[in-house]
Amino acid sequence: MSKPMTMSQKILAYHAGKEYVEPGDLIFANVDLVLGNDVTTPVAIKEFEKIGVDKVFDKDKIAIVPDHFTPNKDIKSAQQCKMVREFAKKYDITNYFEVGEMGIEHALLPEKGLVVPGDLVIGADSHTCTYGALGSFSTGIGSTDMACAMATGKCWFKVPEAIKFVLYGRKTGWVSGKDIILHIIGMIGVDGALYKSMEYTGEGLKSLSMDDRFTIANMAIEAGAKNGIFEVDEKTIEYVKQHSTKPYKIFRADEDAEYSEVYKIDISKIKPTVAFPHLPENTRTIDEITEKIYIDQVVIGSCTNGRIEDLRIAAKILKGRKVKKGLRCIIFPATQNIYKQALKEGLIEIFIDAGCVVSTPTCGPCLGGHMGILAEGEKALATTNRNFVGRMGHPNSEVYLSSPAIAAASAVLGYIGSPEELGMKGDEE
Amino acid sequence: MNFRGRAHKYYDNIDTDVIIPARYLNTSDPNELAKHCLEDLDKEFVNKVQKGDILVAGRNFGCGSSREHAPIAIKACGVSCVVAKSFARIFYRNAINIGLPIVECPEAVDGIENGDEVEVDLVNGVIKNITKGKEFKAKPFPEFMQNIMKAGGLIEFVKGELKRDA
Repeated sequence: MSKPMTMSQKILAYHAGKEYVEPGDLIFANVDLVLGNDVTTPVAIKEFEKIGVDKVFDKDKIAIVPDHFTPNKDIKSAQQCKMVREFAKKYDITNYFEVGEMGIEHALLPEKGLVVPGDLVIGADSHTCTYGALGSFSTGIGSTDMACAMATGKCWFKVPEAIKFVLYGRKTGWVSGKDIILHIIGMIGVDGALYKSMEYTGEGLKSLSMDDRFTIANMAIEAGAKNGIFEVDEKTIEYVKQHSTKPYKIFRADEDAEYSEVYKIDISKIKPTVAFPHLPENTRTIDEITEKIYIDQVVIGSCTNGRIEDLRIAAKILKGRKVKKGLRCIIFPATQNIYKQALKEGLIEIFIDAGCVVSTPTCGPCLGGHMGILAEGEKALATTNRNFVGRMGHPNSEVYLSSPAIAAASAVLGYIGSPEELGMKGDEE
Repeated sequence: MNFRGRAHKYYDNIDTDVIIPARYLNTSDPNELAKHCLEDLDKEFVNKVQKGDILVAGRNFGCGSSREHAPIAIKACGVSCVVAKSFARIFYRNAINIGLPIVECPEAVDGIENGDEVEVDLVNGVIKNITKGKEFKAKPFPEFMQNIMKAGGLIEFVKGELKRDA
């Protein structure tokens, strides 16, 4: 009999061909998918070429998504994307997604069914941890790791200790996955889960949609974690069956698995939460914000909150209202499919009528790339994942983070506030 | 694996966005990246840093993005080694993979001031503050990672492994 293991330990052990792995073990494991984008893949290509192999380990198990600076913002980024495109062609990469069929990588991959429960996924992008929502072990790595994994199908890992988050109760009002993860990061800090796995379980998961879970897993890295992972339930299976034909494998934590910490969180008590500059841990609940924080820009989108539910909630608030004069509100559906769905549902028209601008999918402003850069002294409220110094533009600009509901309401108010200030009650269901 | 140089000390949670801002990520040329290293934290850093110098920082150094451009920029601007209270994990593995020496040692960080002359012995985990005549003991580097560093980074290591398997 092997010793008890967490979900992450089990997935890593399985992929390393071992019965048991212990936190701290350094292992090489086989990966199911290797991801790169237009910022990280060019560096990986240069490293890949140094290895001296003439093919990739499996052309179907590599995904390349140019999403950061696309459609290309300048000549240099066009050159980088050209390099990526030519690499994808040379090695016949199945899952290369060109502008027009692409989306923000972490919204796109689950939608295309490329990740299923039990998978071991690495991506040269820190938010690769998003797929933990599906019960996979997924983690961000760098370009050299990507290069070596493209050549060998393997990657080195240090088996992480885990923190268990037992969620109970039901979320209420305007609270979404974003508020839950901001609450958790506010509680444990930006290095509160450093090198560790964040495992989510408990009956509270029932009230979380898949979109909520993707948002929560997406920001595991903002607590320093190696990965965030959700127990697989009927909702996960339903999502996977709708999107994928790949076989999946469910790994459940043993009941007596060891955790470095256990947090029990009543999600019915969580309130809409905003992270203040310049760290995601600087959180305050919306009712703790007593001063009026006037903003210049609102961004709704990114790999954190550009999914269809995010757009629906924003549209619900923006319908029949106008964005405050002088404020820019930019909306990014995260994939072409989400964009199309939003069109069908009439959400795009609502956004345009409210005075928002709607963009093709791109990471653009989230990392200060393009499509909404801040000038000196400006403030933005964004549904993105980071609010570091200079994150969205000028080093003397400020980014606040929130859910789409708070962001949409604030776009109308002109300052950070809740839909309740617009006379809207939250959904009690 | 011994390094000696002047310390440049900064605080906790130095993120990859200030190490190398996204506006410079449309290139991967190490020399270009080096010109903008730590620009949004300290505009003078690239003018002050000399070959062999040691970067000293607080907790969670390198948090944020997976961009390998961050350790590349640090290495290319001449920094020989980074000593911090802790490192963000992707930065940690990227540094190992590209052969940028890093050491975790909270006591050494507290015992080093900006401008001190510092010596780091990576294999034995010894950090000396030459200026102040103090010595600190860090956890020695795991053998697994020493092997990657000794090979000159993960690419050379994997090349060796592939040859062995052939």
